[in-house]
Amino acid sequence: MADGIAFLFNVGDRVRVRSAFPIGHVRTPYYVRGKYGMVERVCGAFPNPEELAYARRGLPAQPLYRVRFLQCEVWPDYAGQPFDVLEVDIYQHWLEAEDVQ
Amino acid sequence: MARYNVFMTAQDPRRSHHDMGGLSAGPVEPTEHDYALWEKRVDALMVLLSNRQPPLLSVDELRRNIESLGPESYDSMTYYERWVFAITQTLVQRGVITVDELGRKIEAVRAREEPHG
Amino acid sequence: MSDDHDHAQDHPHIHRSPPRPDQDDTLTYYRAMEAAVRELLIEKKILTAADVRRQVESMDGRNPSGGARMVARAWRDPEYRRRMLSDGSQAAREVGLDVGPLKLVVVENTPSVHNVIVCTLCSCYPRMLLGLPPDWYKSRNYRSRVVREPRAVLGEFGTEIPSDVQIRVHDSTADMRYLVLPRRPEGTDALSEADLAKLVTRDSMIGVAVIDQN
Repeated sequence: MADGIAFLFNVGDRVRVRSAFPIGHVRTPYYVRGKYGMVERVCGAFPNPEELAYARRGLPAQPLYRVRFLQCEVWPDYAGQPFDVLEVDIYQHWLEAEDVQ
Repeated sequence: MARYNVFMTAQDPRRSHHDMGGLSAGPVEPTEHDYALWEKRVDALMVLLSNRQPPLLSVDELRRNIESLGPESYDSMTYYERWVFAITQTLVQRGVITVDELGRKIEAVRAREEPHG
Repeated sequence: MSDDHDHAQDHPHIHRSPPRPDQDDTLTYYRAMEAAVRELLIEKKILTAADVRRQVESMDGRNPSGGARMVARAWRDPEYRRRMLSDGSQAAREVGLDVGPLKLVVVENTPSVHNVIVCTLCSCYPRMLLGLPPDWYKSRNYRSRVVREPRAVLGEFGTEIPSDVQIRVHDSTADMRYLVLPRRPEGTDALSEADLAKLVTRDSMIGVAVIDQN
């Protein structure tokens, strides 16, 4: 789409959730901020809920990804299995490629 | 690499009260209740107003309004109390209803339905 | 769904206020607010009383049997299962369910993977398919703990997941809603689709339970 935001990530890409803590309506849970995960699925593009929350249109649509995290990398005291995972739907503007400083 | 430091606690001011994934909490009590008519009506209003063309509110505005409740209110209000608060707040913010209309109508409802005295 | 009127007296974390039980017999402030908003919207001709009544009835008609029907069909029809995993909403419509704008993603339990669904930030749930969620799904205790200690929480539901099975917790943070396709229980090869559907519980489609053939 000419006016849309380009999709930066593909399935299998390793990404880092930005370690930012703004106020406002945020749909990236606190517990994944600063964590590394892998793109499990490209979900499509959707109006940005951070803007919709203020009755604004939230356009252009923001790419959305399912990101898979290893539980033991999210919780230092995770008591389950080392291969257990947690999957979260995260908007592109909250994600960085793994090697970004 | 994750660093577990003082910021990763419930007291971290950067963690909003509703954003509770990972906090310590008690056992999950498998409670349910049959929804009261007023609760189903709250749900109905939410669906009708958000599906309307054009919508009169979005679920995102509702969530933002619920998130703005202070911790005491958030924890002590029931699920549908939070949602009716959010629907009402959003409609006032959007100018669909005025504060004055709302105040008068709530009083009219209570006067009608309360037992004498 | 249980008729149990136990109120949500979950043991609060030290700083939390316990939730109050709903009171159907007195007009609380918020019940009055609901009536007031509804009446104002009707007076302003934004809605009619019939609209509200129809929507209440529509939601009453949504219950786990819709999801159960999809699961039973997927168990018996590998092509349907494939379509369901590819586009859950379309698979729902295929069996005659009107799910509106729901974006349904179906996740499949296998011998090596067990899925469980939560919304930590609020209480997102595939309502247009399964109807209204149970109180516990919306509770602080579930929302807080199932992402961090899923095996312990599942244990509280009486569900033990073997240690060689991967647990995948799905946190519904955006527009997608998730449904678990539970594993078909043993010894059900001879059952019709309708009889299979009767075995499928809501809790197995959320992922806090598995289905045993009794």
